[in-house]
Amino acid sequence: MQWDYFFDQVLSHRDALLQGTAVTIGVSLSAIVAGTLLGIAIGVAVTYGIKPLRWPARAYIDIIRGTPVLVLVLATFYISSAVGLDLGAFQAGVLALTLFCASHVGEILRGALQALPRGQIEAGRAIGLTFGGIFRHILFPQALRYALPTWITAAVEMVKASTLLSVIGVAELLLTTQQIISNNFLNMQFYLLAGLIYFLIDFAIEQVGRYVGRRLDRPARRTT
Amino acid sequence: MTPIVEVRALHKRFGELEVLKGIDLVVNEGEVVSIIGSSGSGKTTLLRCLNLLEEFHQGEVRIGGESIGYRQRNGQRVRASEREIAGQRAMTGMVFQAFNLFPHMSALDNVTLGLTRVRGMSRRQAVELADHWLERVGMRERRDHRPAQLSGGQQQRVAIARAIAMNPRVMLFDEATSALDPERVGEVLETIRSLAQEGMTMVLVTHEMRFARDVSDKVVFMDGGRIAEQGPPATLFSTPESARLQAFLKTSSL
Amino acid sequence: MSYHFNFAPILAQWPLLLSGIGLGLLLALVSIAIGSLLGLVVAFATRAPSRWLAGLAFAWISTLRNLPILVIVLFLFFGMPQLGLSLDKINSFILALSLYTSAYMAEVFRAGLLSVPPGLIEAGQAIGLTRSRIQRDIVLPIMFRNALPAFGNNFVSLFKDTSLAATIAVPELTYYARKINSETFRVIEVWLVASLLYIVCCYAITLILRALEKRLVLEAN
Repeated sequence: MQWDYFFDQVLSHRDALLQGTAVTIGVSLSAIVAGTLLGIAIGVAVTYGIKPLRWPARAYIDIIRGTPVLVLVLATFYISSAVGLDLGAFQAGVLALTLFCASHVGEILRGALQALPRGQIEAGRAIGLTFGGIFRHILFPQALRYALPTWITAAVEMVKASTLLSVIGVAELLLTTQQIISNNFLNMQFYLLAGLIYFLIDFAIEQVGRYVGRRLDRPARRTT
Repeated sequence: MTPIVEVRALHKRFGELEVLKGIDLVVNEGEVVSIIGSSGSGKTTLLRCLNLLEEFHQGEVRIGGESIGYRQRNGQRVRASEREIAGQRAMTGMVFQAFNLFPHMSALDNVTLGLTRVRGMSRRQAVELADHWLERVGMRERRDHRPAQLSGGQQQRVAIARAIAMNPRVMLFDEATSALDPERVGEVLETIRSLAQEGMTMVLVTHEMRFARDVSDKVVFMDGGRIAEQGPPATLFSTPESARLQAFLKTSSL
Repeated sequence: MSYHFNFAPILAQWPLLLSGIGLGLLLALVSIAIGSLLGLVVAFATRAPSRWLAGLAFAWISTLRNLPILVIVLFLFFGMPQLGLSLDKINSFILALSLYTSAYMAEVFRAGLLSVPPGLIEAGQAIGLTRSRIQRDIVLPIMFRNALPAFGNNFVSLFKDTSLAATIAVPELTYYARKINSETFRVIEVWLVASLLYIVCCYAITLILRALEKRLVLEAN
């Protein structure tokens, strides 16, 4: 086996690998943040919106979730340039992942909001809160706790889905790996290395999620 | 005597089904009124109309002289704005059968939420007032506990503090002890009783006949969406006039 | 924007699109079959008395769930030949998808196992059934019924994941969509049609599985 050669190669491509990892994290993070914000709006529209809002939000969720992410990535990339939107691979990729993330977050939030007992809304009304106040102080914080585990899973899915941007030429970790492989033909070793890095990122997200989940379940300790 | 709650010719439908068929009721300041009746008689619906958790289709509800929920605009009856209704709801306090405490907040924060967000108090003022009422219901030491860490009776006492801290004109109790374990009923009834003795105006929907008899100034018997009989508990329980009330009292243990 | 839609060049290729869907469904079916068997073994292994075996099963689940499927696909297709294990692209892809989904199916079955009420096992013991009889006649059937909805979701996800086969030139729907895209330049139409086909297929699969679920539940009663 060429393990010595492999370690040599890792060292000499160190910067490229770090750069690729940084792009992977950056792409995922942007998509998760933007997708979560958009997803919250969609989830609220689907759950509490008036009909002309609810219906398009529902359609959005069903359409995006019924489409494979790779198709979404390719479609966003090709269509955006076909209609004259000069997005470039990076932005088109982030956009596609954001749309994907938003559909999941929307559906997760809907499920969480609908699982809350109706009495919570009534208790909020009974002390004179308006719907905005009820949503902000009562429904949303509870839905957040309820949705957190699924949201973490969605975040992990986003990191995994970011590999698909390699197909449209975004130099994230996987494409960087492929470029390195095309020089030294160490297919197995470098795919293993990439797998290890992805695993570590995803595993870290899971652990952080668990930690936050435990903290949220603790009794409130805030006093004056 | 100042009337706090005035209900006139109240009608309420669920689709085709008319559940309130013309209710007239007055609750004066400091009065404790119990509403009894079999399930489906409309007693809970009536209570929920008093704080607009239910809409109603005809008639009028006044709290402290203010007509709530609806206004006349160009001769049309229209529902008041959400903000107005929220403000009107804050004139009443409600205690629910299922407590409905906010599970993500401590007992203290359950009480302060309305004080800061609706009454506009500072956090310090709100905590002070909440502490006072939690003390009053015997829950001060557990103010930092989450609802899940409290027994049913304790949760309900926090819920009472949450409602009464808002300084409502009238307290509404919707079968406040029905979801409790039998050994927990007493502590909640005691809390309600002591509030009643202090002169709090109250409307209770209850299955606890003995409690209704002991604590109420007036008992209202509902049957089929109407008030079938009302009067002081002594008269109503000892000499019921209608056959329906006689039958109802026979099946419910005093 | 004055874009003139013209679906004719895409619809003219319907035999290709159809064969692409067919291959995708086939890949998903074979992979879910292998992945479910593997997942069942892993699920039981997580409850094995041997701590070593249970740990291995949990590691299997955690590793595969946290790897991007595309990395697994590329590793198996390009990396394994270095170890002397060459599979053609279709078999290699099926292996990748099966391994990937085995982790998810293991979780599904594990949850199914945990949801079998202990009282039922005790009831089996009370009428004198052996351990293996209890597993076979009580635990497994209940577990499968409990697992059915999640199984359906996994299958739909798996079908969507077959689009990744395009990256190693397996001629399924996404592969043909890209091909038609570069040949006709009817960019918008191609991707609209492709995603519509995926959506329709996913929806149809969901409906079929739901009908199946209903029948099984009725049988149970």
